Amino acid sequence: MAEKMSGYDEMLKGLWRENPVFVQVLGMCPMLAVTNSAVNAVVMGVATFFVLVSSSFLVSSFRGVIPKQVRISIYVVIIATFVTVADYTLLALVPAIHKELGAFIPLIVANCIILGRQEAFASKNSVKFAVFDAIGSAGGFMFALLALGSVREILGEGKIFGIPLFGDNFEPWIIMILPPGGFITLGLILLFFNWVTARRAARNQLQAQPVTSSRGSHIQ
Amino acid sequence: MSHSNLKSQDPSSSRLIISMAIAGLFSGLIIIGIYLATFNTIKANKARELKEAVFRVLPNVTQMSQLRLEDGRVVAYSGDPDENTLYAGFDNRGHFIGYALTGSGAGFQDTIKMLYGYQPDKERIVGMRVLDSRETPGLGDKIYKDSEFVSNFDALSVYPTIKVVKKGNKTKNSEVDAITGATISSKAVVRIINLANKKWLSNLPANPPEAPEPEKANRADKKQSKTEAY
Repeated sequence: MAEKMSGYDEMLKGLWRENPVFVQVLGMCPMLAVTNSAVNAVVMGVATFFVLVSSSFLVSSFRGVIPKQVRISIYVVIIATFVTVADYTLLALVPAIHKELGAFIPLIVANCIILGRQEAFASKNSVKFAVFDAIGSAGGFMFALLALGSVREILGEGKIFGIPLFGDNFEPWIIMILPPGGFITLGLILLFFNWVTARRAARNQLQAQPVTSSRGSHIQ
Repeated sequence: MSHSNLKSQDPSSSRLIISMAIAGLFSGLIIIGIYLATFNTIKANKARELKEAVFRVLPNVTQMSQLRLEDGRVVAYSGDPDENTLYAGFDNRGHFIGYALTGSGAGFQDTIKMLYGYQPDKERIVGMRVLDSRETPGLGDKIYKDSEFVSNFDALSVYPTIKVVKKGNKTKNSEVDAITGATISSKAVVRIINLANKKWLSNLPANPPEAPEPEKANRADKKQSKTEAY
């Protein structure tokens, strides 16, 4: 046995240390496409959260009976079912936002974060850890969507959640809500995350000589 | 930690097929369930959205009736709306105000669908509303977000034909000021309306249609349209 697991830790790693977007660089398609406003980002995040947590729960519950040879197909069926549920629910509850998100709700099926968590984690771990892991990853994805969506909406329209922030004198940077703005913002955020990671690694290396590393103290 | 429960022995093909079939069956049942559960709400949302749009494009309208163009004649119609459906709007005393006509055509990125109010006696357009579009956020979407552009259609003469002019150059009341940075979308809106006019105007009946049976609380749900701000 390698590391002792705690549900809390499984959740935290998805939020920050192994953030699916900023660290693993997954799910780029919805990330760039629907983050032109904070509201769209939140709705997309909630839909993905629902799909990922429900799928992880089911996949983990049935991990003993799903034959290995057809596991991917079954994961996709499970994910697609929850995506359809999310699609109809959003259409009934928030038709205006559903219209704006358009094809990207059905495309949650193809989000590699979701299938990735099923294959890498939920299919091998107990229901409790699978759900914690899913909450972490989905939360991390939602956080990333919201970060990008807020920056782009603030700079591109001078608003946040549709509320104007600046006076009439603010000239919106239209490029920020167009696709290039998504790439620019994402690039800058990734730069920041890499910088933080590099700094932490450097500090750990310095500390490693005199004292034992602060991380990995769970190793038995 | 419990490691993989997936044993490496080979299950029979029938077991694989049965597993897939069970997954598919449950998936199907859930999808049917959610479809049925949301069907009425979705249908009601669409009907409400349409009603709001009709009230928006025709000033002072409180009642409407659904009509349809069939073989060059406008007749009463109660089925699901299609591209030949039009609406007649009436004020609260039952006087005919005008028609709400639909139009659709290619925009910058995808089909633009719209509804516009038309008063036959004055031969002019009195309001325009985009129902469905995928124009570029921040530029093309100004065809419905920019109130200055939308107000071009509040009193717009349709004869001889509507023309787009560069912003600020509007001189005749059959001209529309284009949106700076979204000329293609602005032109698309006008082209769609001109095309739709060709289809509708010659077929509208000379006499105004009959007012519908008085309906109550028609206007009540108009104020609730909070969801539009996006």
